[in-house]
Amino acid sequence: MHQLLQQIFSGLAAGAIYASVALALVMIYRATDLVNFAQGEMAMFSTYIAWTLVNAGLPFWAAFVITLIVSFAGGMVIERLLIRPVENAPVLAAVIVTIGLLLIFNSVAGWIYSYTVQDFPSPFPDRPVFGALMTTRDLGVIAVTLVMLALLFAFFRFTSTGLAMRAAAQNPVSARLCGIRVGRMLAIGWGLAAAIGATAGIMVAPVLFLDPNMMGGVLIYAFTGALLGGITSPVGAVVGGLIVGVTENLVGTYLIASQLKLTVAFALIILVLVFRPNGLFGTAIVKRV
Amino acid sequence: MAPILELRALKAFYGQSEVVHGIDVAVEEGGMTVLLGANGAGKTTTLRAICGMVRSEGEILFAGQKLHRRATEDIAGLGVAHVPEGRGTFIGLTVEENLRLGGYTRRRRAQEGVQRMYGYFPILAQRRRQQAGALSGGEQQMLAIARALMMGPRLLVLDEPSFGLAPRIVDDIFAIVERIRRDERVSVLLVEQNASLALQLADHAYLIETGYVVASGTAKALADDPQIRRSYLGY
Amino acid sequence: MERPLGIAAPGVLAGDRYAGLTAGAWRWIAALVAIALAAALPFGLSKYHVFELTMVMIYAIAVLGLNILTGYNGQISLGHGGFFAAGAYTAAILMHRYGVPYWATLPPAGLICFVLGILFGLPALRFEGPYLALVTLAMALATPQLLKYFDTWTGGQQGINLVKPSPPADLPLDRDRWLYLFVLVILIVAMRIAANLLHGRTGRALVAIRDHPIAAAAMGINNARYKTLAFGTSTLFTGVAGALAAIVVGYVSPEGYSIFLSVSFLVGSAVGGIATIGGAVIGGLFIEYVPNLANDISEAAPWAVYGLAMLVFMYSMPRGVVGTLAPLISQRRRRLALRWAGIERKGSVES
Repeated sequence: MHQLLQQIFSGLAAGAIYASVALALVMIYRATDLVNFAQGEMAMFSTYIAWTLVNAGLPFWAAFVITLIVSFAGGMVIERLLIRPVENAPVLAAVIVTIGLLLIFNSVAGWIYSYTVQDFPSPFPDRPVFGALMTTRDLGVIAVTLVMLALLFAFFRFTSTGLAMRAAAQNPVSARLCGIRVGRMLAIGWGLAAAIGATAGIMVAPVLFLDPNMMGGVLIYAFTGALLGGITSPVGAVVGGLIVGVTENLVGTYLIASQLKLTVAFALIILVLVFRPNGLFGTAIVKRV
Repeated sequence: MAPILELRALKAFYGQSEVVHGIDVAVEEGGMTVLLGANGAGKTTTLRAICGMVRSEGEILFAGQKLHRRATEDIAGLGVAHVPEGRGTFIGLTVEENLRLGGYTRRRRAQEGVQRMYGYFPILAQRRRQQAGALSGGEQQMLAIARALMMGPRLLVLDEPSFGLAPRIVDDIFAIVERIRRDERVSVLLVEQNASLALQLADHAYLIETGYVVASGTAKALADDPQIRRSYLGY
Repeated sequence: MERPLGIAAPGVLAGDRYAGLTAGAWRWIAALVAIALAAALPFGLSKYHVFELTMVMIYAIAVLGLNILTGYNGQISLGHGGFFAAGAYTAAILMHRYGVPYWATLPPAGLICFVLGILFGLPALRFEGPYLALVTLAMALATPQLLKYFDTWTGGQQGINLVKPSPPADLPLDRDRWLYLFVLVILIVAMRIAANLLHGRTGRALVAIRDHPIAAAAMGINNARYKTLAFGTSTLFTGVAGALAAIVVGYVSPEGYSIFLSVSFLVGSAVGGIATIGGAVIGGLFIEYVPNLANDISEAAPWAVYGLAMLVFMYSMPRGVVGTLAPLISQRRRRLALRWAGIERKGSVES
């Protein structure tokens, strides 16, 4: 029993990371109807920036804040320069562009920083808590994810920019008629997603250790979690990410044929989707004739 | 009085097809001008051209400024508020959020603007927290107009406000529009298929057929014209 | 004011003749010339280049399968590498364990992949857009794991080594050139079948389902049946390609069928043009040559160059090479034909 609870809780901690990246994916999907396959690699690259700053002597939180700002700006630039040309093109073209960005970020990171695995400091001490069910680091990660979700919620619900972004995503033509610069809203959306991704990367690096391939698996699980929760729902993203984390952990622990961990985990999740093809919290894409 | 909006030799295109073939229209400041015509005449396309939503050639002058080639959001910022065909409300957002969006370009005065809109359209105040998509057709039209007025525009562009609405509701809406025009001192450019109602309210009218202006003048002159009466007013 | 011309202007009707032959006849001639050139090609090249071109054609068949699904059916698949593997391993196991001759492994490989595609396509009906991408992605990721797990059949991590087939005794060809011609024939047959399928009733139904599913259903098209069949046909093509790859390379192992293979197919499909048949060949060229070229350009970050190539293609030709160029060419042809027939177009109005 103790082991089961332990696995569930450490699954929640892993799931919190998937949830964060899933949150970024949902943000971009709501704004631009695109899955950003490069989200994980962008996050990895941001983490390397943070690592460089920390190695240069900056205190952790200063490096964190600077990385967030740089990532936000980078996300905006990527949207304006690299995604805008295919925003009105067939969906597949945009998908290929994000996959191309994935390859570019991964390869360039490997070139600049090499593929040697690096250590990365964590702001949270690693002490056991709740009778060794979790560590303070796990709690820290979950707390950060929930804080991000709350901040995003407040941003979209209570600020004019957040409202304008929601409007631009729902009905870009009407948004323009209200004087909203839809292009800028899209860029801000990507910037926020990049900042969220950076946060996720910085939380993952102490655990998985920093190397260019750090986020590959995370992206796949985040994508799964986002879809499980409903690709249009931020709350769904978090719930989905957490569920995926726990499922992955439990399957890994209790499945005898451990080489099939990924297969079984996916099979379970897809089973759920068969009954809820738009995810747990997703709304069906209503098609008007 | 100088016209607040002038279209000179305006051509408008849907993709490659030229739909409006060089028209001249003027909207007097503080007045109401209506574009009449049958379905497909090019009236909506003209309005879209003014707001930069379709490709156009020719001149569009708004309060002395050239609008041609400007982005839609810039034109909105200059003081042109467009209520599109089909209303264009944000159906996934609440009534109050829709109004706040109208006030996006004037954020500091937004709250007072919202209260004023509730004054003109009390039914919206009642439904302020409901999703716009749950409103009836007439209420959505009022919301769309209110949202446009939140921008504090000098020119209000209305595309077929009576579309799909019961006559009594249409009368209510037009009464409010007339009141607003006087109180807020907004010029109005209206596109309507309901010719008799439009000619009663408007000062000037243009009749558009297949992309050409075939008649223009004061609303009274067009309403008295026997040919127009036969073709568009039914008597 | 000039009246714009109406619909099919005289001069471009099907029965018209250019230098004595109809447009259709000219197309046949062009195709025969292309085939003859392709058949002659291997005799002027080194063995390695012949091998590379054979792989190009194999990838083209695989991408053609993906085109049927994605281009004509609007369903994005990130999992076709899995079906490629299924075809490859079917062929490998049949040849290695049961001594089946190489050419006889193609039908079973195709059939098994067709059935797999139908089985996959049925539940896949429930999923749209990114959800379908996830389900197919899961398949692509599961494939190497499953291949390693069932190692009694698949040889596990080690894979299966195969003997490369010899050409028939009476032909004066070496192995590589024989395989090239063998694959060429399969490619031509595949393209012909795809063309018949997609330019006929089935194709129109698929496009209708892709673009206006509700209207299509209202017109009596059985969406479910067509979509499932499209899936099965698509995987059949890719499975046969996989079998050919196993035969030509002479080796199968789980490493060769990773997620990257599925992504490559998708990239090849997009670069060539998803709703085209000729684009599959362009896709095959991209998949075979661009990684090597990328390596030549930058040894330190070759995949960055590959990624950059993807971006450049998508920015310049978002509908793929054939998807972008074909409409331009046919527009050009129409204008030339009209001018030839003596009809001038005035003004900016195009019908």
